[in-house]
Amino acid sequence: MGLAGGALIGAAAVLLMLANGRIMGIAGIVGGVIQEPRSADTPWRLAFLAGMAVPAVAATALGLFPASVPAGMGMVLVAGFLVGLGSRMANGCTSGHGICGLARLSRRSMAAVATFMAVAGLTVYVVRHGLGGM
Amino acid sequence: MQRQISAFAAGLLFGCGLLVSGMADPARVLGFLDLFGTWDPTLAFVMGGGLAVTGLGYAWCLRRSGPLCAVNYQIPNRRDLDARLFLGAGLFGVGWGLVGYCPGPALLAGAAGQGTALWFCGAMLAGMLCWRWLEISDWLQPGTAKG
Repeated sequence: MGLAGGALIGAAAVLLMLANGRIMGIAGIVGGVIQEPRSADTPWRLAFLAGMAVPAVAATALGLFPASVPAGMGMVLVAGFLVGLGSRMANGCTSGHGICGLARLSRRSMAAVATFMAVAGLTVYVVRHGLGGM
Repeated sequence: MQRQISAFAAGLLFGCGLLVSGMADPARVLGFLDLFGTWDPTLAFVMGGGLAVTGLGYAWCLRRSGPLCAVNYQIPNRRDLDARLFLGAGLFGVGWGLVGYCPGPALLAGAAGQGTALWFCGAMLAGMLCWRWLEISDWLQPGTAKG
C-alpha cells in the first residue's frame, strides 16, 4: 500500500501544480496561514487543509485512524516546536522538500532531505537504543 | 473559487494518500527511521511512488504555458546551500524522530481529534511563529529571500 499511497500523494502534488501553480509543501501551507493570514493565498491554503480533514474525519468515524505513539507530553511539545521551527527555517518539510523538491531535482531539497533523514534516524537511535531503553 | 476547489481536492487526495500509505501512523514512520530495530521499509515505497508520479506530472505540467487557475507557476529557484537550510532540516529531523510526526500526518491526526497530535500541532504552530519572529527581528542578518 506504500506505493499506492505514495502515488496518491504525488497526484495531489501534481494537481496543486497543474491547477494553482504551487508547490505542495504542508509546512508552507500551514505556516503561510498563520504567518500571513491576510495573504491572497490564505483561501486556497485553508481549502487544502479542509480537504485533508475529510479523510481524517472519515477514517476516524470508521475506526481506521491509527493511534499516535506513546510519548510524554514534554517530548511531544518539544518535538512539535522543533518540527515547526525547523521546517520553516529550512523552507520545507517531508512533503515540500521530500516529494516536490526531490521530484524537481532541487539541490536544496536533496541537502535538506539528506540532513533531516540522517538526523531523524540518529534521534530514533538515541531514544530507542542509546539511553538504556528509555 | 476554482483555486479553492482544486486545493480542496489536492488536500483530500493528500490526506487519503497519507492514510492509504500508512504514513498517518507515526509508529510506521519511526519503524523506517529505526535502522537498528525491526526495519519497516514502507516510507521508502511511499517516497518512491510519490516521486515517480510527481516527477512525471511536474514535467508534464511545466510543458504547459501556465497553470489552469492561476497566472503562473511559483517554483523556488534558489540553489544556494546556506546554514539555515541545514540547521532547519536538522532541528526538523530531531522533532520528527522524537515522536514520528511531520506536519502532514500531525495535522491529519489533529483533524482526527487525537489529543497527542493536537498538542503537537499547537507546539508546531508556535515553532513556526517563533521562526517568523526570529526572521523579522534583528537577531538574524537580513538578506536571505524566502523560497
